[in-house]
Amino acid sequence: MRQLSENILDITMNSVRAGASLISVILTEDPPMLTITIADNGCGMTAEFLEKVVDPFCTTRTTRKVGLGIPFFKMEAEQTGGSFSIESTPNVGTTVTASFDQSSIDALPLGDMPETVMTLISSGPDRDFLFLHARPQEEIRLDTRELRGQLGDLPLDTPEVLLWVRDYLREQYGENDPDRSVPNQS
Amino acid sequence: MKSLAELSAIRDRMKGQVGSRSHDLTGTKIVVGMATCGIAAGARPVLNAFVELTAASGKTDVTVSQTGCIGICQYEPVVEVLEPGKEKVTYVKMTADKAKRVFDEHIVGGKVVTEYTIGSNAK
Repeated sequence: MRQLSENILDITMNSVRAGASLISVILTEDPPMLTITIADNGCGMTAEFLEKVVDPFCTTRTTRKVGLGIPFFKMEAEQTGGSFSIESTPNVGTTVTASFDQSSIDALPLGDMPETVMTLISSGPDRDFLFLHARPQEEIRLDTRELRGQLGDLPLDTPEVLLWVRDYLREQYGENDPDRSVPNQS
Repeated sequence: MKSLAELSAIRDRMKGQVGSRSHDLTGTKIVVGMATCGIAAGARPVLNAFVELTAASGKTDVTVSQTGCIGICQYEPVVEVLEPGKEKVTYVKMTADKAKRVFDEHIVGGKVVTEYTIGSNAK
């Protein structure tokens, strides 16, 4: 992964696959620390599975025997001197928390959060997301439950709506913001 | 400033087209692999490009969706194009630029971009 926002997308996709109807992605900046919390009301995990989940050789995928999403995220947090934790209750949900010291030379840039949020919403029209990024000077927020009233019958994952979400968030991040980076394609 | 009210305008504009885009079996489906392997290889800008192209084309019979890992991680980002009555086409090592060509030539023009398919890239 080249951006933290790609890790956030990857970890949040676990919540999508867990069948969650509501997923919160919350970023809190308390310089130099950035704390990322991803919480869902999906199927959760047993204590036994939870113990193994940071092991790369533990995965739910059936096509291969390795799963690197959570191990990557944990490694990236810990190599900055930050921390990682995961809590889960079957049939209640899962919460993943990771903190990053952004002053560390090993810290990845956050990257393009608007594109991550847009991609998450494109995973299906019936799921709701709360995105919150608390920064020292301002708070960036999007709650898909608030969009539904305006949309009526129009599905949340309609391309025109997804682009609106992306551009709305980009605007909140501000054009002149030095933290805002353009996605690095290669 | 973008406002929530703009969403009502989008809704009004899309009125009457909604049904055709959501669950129409006659439409084209663009499916982007969005597991760890896909994301690490750059699937997010590829999906973003297809969403932009679909909206800009005004084609309401095209949907963009996601899938997990299909087991060919070395070829990610992988994009599958499914059209009713036709064989599935699997594009590999995709980028936003390649997405533009696939959209123009295949989705709109009906001609598979053979050089980007897994058949032309498999070793």
